[in-house]
Amino acid sequence: MADKVLMKGNEAIAEAAIIAGCRHYFGYPITPQTEVAAYMAKKMPKIGGTFLQAESEIAAINMVYGVASAGCRVMTSSSSPGISLKGEGLSYLAGSDLPALVVNVQRGGPGLGGIQPSQSDYFQATRGGGHGDYHMIVLAPASVQEMAELTVKGFELADKYRMTSMILADGTMGQMMEPVALDLAVAPAPAKPWATTGTGMKRAHNIVNSLSLDPEELERLNLARYERYAEVEANETMYEEYRMEDAEICVAAFGIAARVSKNAINEARKEGIKVGLIRPITLWPFPKAPFKKAAGQVKQFLSVELSMGQMIEDVRLATECRVPVTLVNRVGGMIPSPDQVLEAIRKASKNGGND
Amino acid sequence: MSTRQFLFSGFGGQGILFAGKFLAYKGLTEDKQVSWLPSYGPEMRGGTASCSVILSDEPVGSPIVSKPDVLVAMNLPSLDKFEDAVAPGGMIFYDSTLIGRSVRRTDVTAVPVPATAIAGDNGIPTLANMILIGKILKELNDFDAASVDAALKKVISAKHADMLEVNYKAMKLGADYEG
Repeated sequence: MADKVLMKGNEAIAEAAIIAGCRHYFGYPITPQTEVAAYMAKKMPKIGGTFLQAESEIAAINMVYGVASAGCRVMTSSSSPGISLKGEGLSYLAGSDLPALVVNVQRGGPGLGGIQPSQSDYFQATRGGGHGDYHMIVLAPASVQEMAELTVKGFELADKYRMTSMILADGTMGQMMEPVALDLAVAPAPAKPWATTGTGMKRAHNIVNSLSLDPEELERLNLARYERYAEVEANETMYEEYRMEDAEICVAAFGIAARVSKNAINEARKEGIKVGLIRPITLWPFPKAPFKKAAGQVKQFLSVELSMGQMIEDVRLATECRVPVTLVNRVGGMIPSPDQVLEAIRKASKNGGND
Repeated sequence: MSTRQFLFSGFGGQGILFAGKFLAYKGLTEDKQVSWLPSYGPEMRGGTASCSVILSDEPVGSPIVSKPDVLVAMNLPSLDKFEDAVAPGGMIFYDSTLIGRSVRRTDVTAVPVPATAIAGDNGIPTLANMILIGKILKELNDFDAASVDAALKKVISAKHADMLEVNYKAMKLGADYEG
């Protein structure tokens, strides 16, 4: 294994993108993700890549659309309000079946909100973000190492399924430093016969477009897209289970909330409470199977989130509401403390599953 | 040591984040699990800056330090804000040049170090942070010259290699200080 280096999560994303072969970055500064752009600004010119600070987030996502059309690995990054601005572009990328990587280092909202960490863009990310029927592959790292690994994975999945992958992180993940090993394995990008790379007078023109005025044709495109989504759901779900073997209470949490929850779970275990964690790593596709299985085992779920309760809906759907699911949260840039989660676990343990 | 949680706090510009980074790198060179989390936002412009550092033998859970085992306070607002948060039996290192009061808690070990004065007297006015770090490592029986040197080389880029010696000197001054 390569030497580990200390890096901020934001920097790890940028370096991993370069390792994955991304040579085109377009962005617009916003806290708490600015280090991604700063790192790219420093590195890209040295390796023959493009760093471009666009005039706006909207311009940046459309530049991503352009490079993706040409078949190159490309990315943009922003934080919550900036991602809203990119919403139209995300929908166009989906409508044109273009692979791209988009990073959202979330901050508190709605509106301009604040600059402290949040997970309140879960709905926006997992339900698409823009208009129309579509999904993005949404990856939720819980360490700086995963920030790097899931960035590579994000590019690979985007290319494989011709979709946008989104890294859904938060201000804590972006700003914290942890040791990271950057000996990342990268699968070579697949051939992209659809890309607009010039016909060389040898083939018909490739056209990248999201406009389709014939409703029968547009329906066919939507159905074909959802067949691909079904493949993603069947093959690409990722999650971590922690101390679930004998658990009677199951905490559901991703990203920073999962880190906090692990502390609480370890404390609760010392008190003899049988509690474990399911940490979704892909938020779309949501790991329904482990939750469904856990619903036959545990008496109660706790959904720990930095939002007013967004992932909790997916937990309830996956468990078909067979077991009570209780929200444990802080919002607006606040983070639940391990003590808050521990208290909720104790309460759940006493209630024996009564919400 | 299984897990030790540090909280560094002071004015922006005192090298709070750098001091934390040094300690994180020291942990890394010793194959410990480490995390470093800065406060970020408008408060860093001339206001208070703080950072959480965790060194552990186990994977680090939450990187947020809310009950520090070791608090490093480099100004009065920091001591006022975080004194009560320190874990019982923990330690508070503070810059007694800049903080005019003593620690009120009786269930923690208070270690006053006139770091800013020592730094000024020795012609290294910007290194009060590293003087405190030296004292902390000494008190934790963790001042190992080779490991300190290795960590300094990691945290100070080659471009600023001339700063290695003064940083080491500052840490040594702190380690040798007897209150």
